[in-house]
Amino acid sequence: MSEFILMNGYGTYIWSAYAFTFIILGYLFFTNSLKLNKKQKQLDKLLKKSD
Amino acid sequence: MNLKISNSQIEHIKGANSYLIVSTFLIFVVGLYFSLLDSPPDYIQGDSMRIMYVHVPSAWLSLFSYTILAISCIVWFVTRNPIFNLFAKSIAPIGAAFTLIALVTGSIWGKPTWGVWWVWDARLTSMLLLFFLYLAYILLWQSITNQETAAKISAALGIIGFINIPIIKFSVDWWNTLHQPATISKLSAPSIDINMLIPLLIMTLGYMCFLITVFLIKLRIEIIDQKMVRLSEV
Repeated sequence: MSEFILMNGYGTYIWSAYAFTFIILGYLFFTNSLKLNKKQKQLDKLLKKSD
Repeated sequence: MNLKISNSQIEHIKGANSYLIVSTFLIFVVGLYFSLLDSPPDYIQGDSMRIMYVHVPSAWLSLFSYTILAISCIVWFVTRNPIFNLFAKSIAPIGAAFTLIALVTGSIWGKPTWGVWWVWDARLTSMLLLFFLYLAYILLWQSITNQETAAKISAALGIIGFINIPIIKFSVDWWNTLHQPATISKLSAPSIDINMLIPLLIMTLGYMCFLITVFLIKLRIEIIDQKMVRLSEV
């Protein structure tokens, strides 16, 4: 297990690269999903008002 | 802008998105297993080569995203159909994120491989320029209040900026750079072992599914924005 984490001395580089990648991808996905839900609710409200 | 998108088309996008989210997650799980556990270390670079599986797909898709952005801008200039503006607006932040990932993971990979975090060589500098082009495109849309003017100026930037794409692609051939030349090209057999090529292709597929997923989410946001503007005008 520790071999897997240490990656022959390159662990810091490898794990930081993978962590950075998935933090950015996760941020992009979740912020946009939340924004979409918020916008959809706003649109539904506007549509109700216009009815 | 006169955007014509039916509710059934939006429902189709919603349906596709649910499948894509699950597919992206599963492909990434398989890709990570192969990248971190199954693939062998490189005989020169050792395990540091595993950074390639997140670095290379992000670099490929940052170029792909900008190509889609530029094509959308050209088609908008020709047809003036607002949907192509929305395509370009939706893909720009995703492309910027991929470029940022390529720059940062490349820098992290550069330290154990070259001994430096950054060099101002042709490949790295042109990739940094690509990141600034994405930022400029996004900021233009946000800073110009007149939508018609914003559309024209940002589309012009999107098209002019495309000059940078072949420069990035061929920079390693045209100039003497620290960055290695392409290991996979259409014209010749890949100079990469099959055990490394498979995880690389799986991760690329995962990135592609992610790109389409977030692109469709962003497209729906843009469509809702347009609908809200029209409703507030009525």
